[in-house]
Amino acid sequence: MLKLTRRRTLAVMGGGLATLAGSKFLVEPARAADRITVLNWQGYGTDESWAVEAFTADTGIEVVHDYFNSEAEMLTKLRTNPGVYDVVLINSARSQQAAGEDLLTPLDLSNFSNAAGLAPALRDNAYLKTDGKLYGVSWVWGMNALAIRDGMDKPESYAALAATDYKDNVALFDDAVTMIGVGAFLSGQDMNDPKDLDKVAEQLKAMKPNVKLLWSSEDQWNKAFSAGEFDLSVYWSGAAVRSQRKFKLPLHFVVPKEGAIGWLDSLSIPATSQNQEAAAKFINYMIDPKFYVEWATKIGAPASANEKAMEELPADDLNREIHKPEYIETMTLMAPLPDERRTAFNNLWQEVKAFYAA
Amino acid sequence: MPPEAGVAGLPAARRRMPPWLATAALLLPSYAWLTLAVLLPLAAMFAFSFLHATPLGNKPVVWTLEQYRAFYDQPYLLGVAWASLSIGLWTTGICAVVGFAAALALVRATAGRARETLLILVLLPFWTNGLVRVFSWTMVIREGGFLDVFVRWFWPSAPSLGFLYTTPAIVLGLVHGYLPYMVLTCYIALLSVDEAVIEAAQSLGARWWTVLFRILVPLAAPGLVTGAILIFVPVIGAFMEPRILGGRVGVTMGTVIEDQFTQAFNWPLGSALAFTMLAVVLGVFATFSGVLRRSAAT
Repeated sequence: MLKLTRRRTLAVMGGGLATLAGSKFLVEPARAADRITVLNWQGYGTDESWAVEAFTADTGIEVVHDYFNSEAEMLTKLRTNPGVYDVVLINSARSQQAAGEDLLTPLDLSNFSNAAGLAPALRDNAYLKTDGKLYGVSWVWGMNALAIRDGMDKPESYAALAATDYKDNVALFDDAVTMIGVGAFLSGQDMNDPKDLDKVAEQLKAMKPNVKLLWSSEDQWNKAFSAGEFDLSVYWSGAAVRSQRKFKLPLHFVVPKEGAIGWLDSLSIPATSQNQEAAAKFINYMIDPKFYVEWATKIGAPASANEKAMEELPADDLNREIHKPEYIETMTLMAPLPDERRTAFNNLWQEVKAFYAA
Repeated sequence: MPPEAGVAGLPAARRRMPPWLATAALLLPSYAWLTLAVLLPLAAMFAFSFLHATPLGNKPVVWTLEQYRAFYDQPYLLGVAWASLSIGLWTTGICAVVGFAAALALVRATAGRARETLLILVLLPFWTNGLVRVFSWTMVIREGGFLDVFVRWFWPSAPSLGFLYTTPAIVLGLVHGYLPYMVLTCYIALLSVDEAVIEAAQSLGARWWTVLFRILVPLAAPGLVTGAILIFVPVIGAFMEPRILGGRVGVTMGTVIEDQFTQAFNWPLGSALAFTMLAVVLGVFATFSGVLRRSAAT
């Protein structure tokens, strides 16, 4: 009995050591031509095991992953580990910062056969470019707009958030950039650079009698919505799909006339990558409609930047219904924010929250 | 025990460590650990609070005092600070009343096995994760939650008693979390009260309230004060309970500081606010410590 236990202990220890060795190997430069390292959020498409296996079987290129927990961490990893990463996920609002620090390599879309299907507005987005050169292949996108309980009139404007019909019946997203964006829309200003922050504050403060809840996680939102705590909310498009699909919550995602607050994630190749060709192949696979349809229907995914991929989804697919192609044109993408403006946004939102609480 | 006492009978050849060395050897591990784990990060945060922006990437480091002007530049923070203080006072006050009563009952009305069991029941909240506790309250006190279901068993048309997303909800969650501190500190203080003192008072005709307010409360004051400090300090910095139970009204210094670290990525402002709070709390204690010492002496 004792022998068995000891042997088992040794086996466990050995396994642990092997894992340790593996994780060390993972962050070491992938010099071999048939191995690339991808830097992304965990569980965000690129690390789906079936996809990685299919890609390796197809091309002979092995894919390993490293993860970040915040965009700041991602940039730090790129700066401090030259040569380690071959593909990196970057939000379009951060691309110019990374490219400006010479962390990324300029891309030529003619090397990506699947790029033909990309929506032009996303493919050629100004935020992905620095000095006229493209530094990211647009991959997936989503929107922040409104969600309303089924059976109620769909709001035409964000002004509904302050309308008397929704007294004590509204949930707002506890995020400075999104909420300043809503206030800027309502005061007729540029969401990314509102000149008159007082007017933004005025619009947001007018919502006070309606505000029941400030939510910060999807889980919190789902619980409160199913408990009937509010009927109207600022919400994420992707989360709206999940709330309906997984939790059968009776809601509609609505993009009001002012348009949605959009975001775009792109895939880039670090300037120090040793395997740029293999990295490009992987990015091309990531924007392949075949990969996307499987990811979106079996696992759940944001909207693809590839129009063809969206068209291949079943016609009644919620993801497709919510992320209509025309929204790509009407939504305002979150722009790179200079530090001073970001601080001003945060301080203003903090002030508005204190006003709600008082 | 004087160090010589133990060595009296031993041969002189067996040398002993000098007492100061033994003391140092015993203290060194914990002080070294404290320096490493508490003081260094605290010092780093203190240094951060004089920076213009979070020192990441290749941004130049700029030293400034501007973060400490936050309460002047953003006057709404005064309102937030007041809200936090009043939540802290309410929580501490309720904990003091309820905790003192529970400790008194444990000391005076129970003995042996029953007392042990009851003490363990008091400690139960410590054994569950704080987040679980807080989330379970949301299920109880939301409109149509367990509280409403329970009341409507007896009175089907009862109006909703749900009070989730209000200041009382925050205080409720905080009292639940911090009450055991007060029970334990009062319990220890009351244990040391001599039974004879109470008997003497009663034999002289003192009623229960005289015994309570003239004897028990003053004698247990050190326990009450310790409990109050243990509760008040973390409560005014609490951010989980206000965020989850407070909804719209859940804006406190704790959540403002948390936002600076997690959302706004403005570590300097977050640290400056935290150190300002620390200064205020220390100031309050310094002011009251004289009063407390006097009351403890009488």
